[in-house]
Amino acid sequence: MSLFSVFDIAGSALNAETIRLNTTASNLANSESVDGDPTKVYRARHPVFQTLLDTSSADLDSESAGAGVSVRGIVESTTPPTKRLDPNNPLADKDGYVYLSNVNSIEEMTNMISANRSFATDVDAINTARDLLLKTISMGH
Amino acid sequence: MFDNIFGIHEQALLVHGERLGVLTNNLANADTPGYKARDIDFREALQGAGAGAEGAEPLALTTTSPSHLTAMASDATASLKYRNPYQASLDGNTVEMPVEQAAFAENNVRYQASLTFINNRIADLQYVLSGQ
Repeated sequence: MSLFSVFDIAGSALNAETIRLNTTASNLANSESVDGDPTKVYRARHPVFQTLLDTSSADLDSESAGAGVSVRGIVESTTPPTKRLDPNNPLADKDGYVYLSNVNSIEEMTNMISANRSFATDVDAINTARDLLLKTISMGH
Repeated sequence: MFDNIFGIHEQALLVHGERLGVLTNNLANADTPGYKARDIDFREALQGAGAGAEGAEPLALTTTSPSHLTAMASDATASLKYRNPYQASLDGNTVEMPVEQAAFAENNVRYQASLTFINNRIADLQYVLSGQ
């Protein structure tokens, strides 16, 4: 592992945080979505992060350093959607009910702030590694 | 005479470089469930890098001829340790952002300090060589 690995590690984190921001944007955009069928209504999506391991390393035991983060998958929230009586809605079922998406806007906003902070930290790490590398290259000048 | 011209800073630079990678990995996994934050034990890693100036080199190669080169390979990952969290989170993640950011900044300063010492040494030698 050298200074150059910082770019790979922080780059993978930037990618993961971008996916997290994307799901947050999708959730917020669909926070007011309704459907007449509770199984079809939009459900909040959240990515699950997983540590990447350094496969190029000779020793693949647990002691070897990791090599960033990846998105293992995206899970849908299991919170049941709220039922609302809205007979005038064209999507309403035969009893006049619609089902609201289970997106919690406050949860999404805090998630967005967290992703934003993590993204900024990773950019900071890349900039630091770049500065150090440039200073190392110009050693002796 | 030129074997040890930069003193400990040559190895220190390598170990700080490794540590930067480990700390970046902690920052990258700040939101990964179950991830355990890690750090390099600097003293141990530096000894492992064969930096003992007083001849105390636990992992140095045995040389039987004065023309043998000493090993320079840095094995800092051998001194990887898990960090003890002040307050572990419910999902098993032990990355604490302020701790990691402080360690990252400290490592950055130490790397640049070693680099400055090396640069000053080079400047000294150039001054002596130019004979002015």
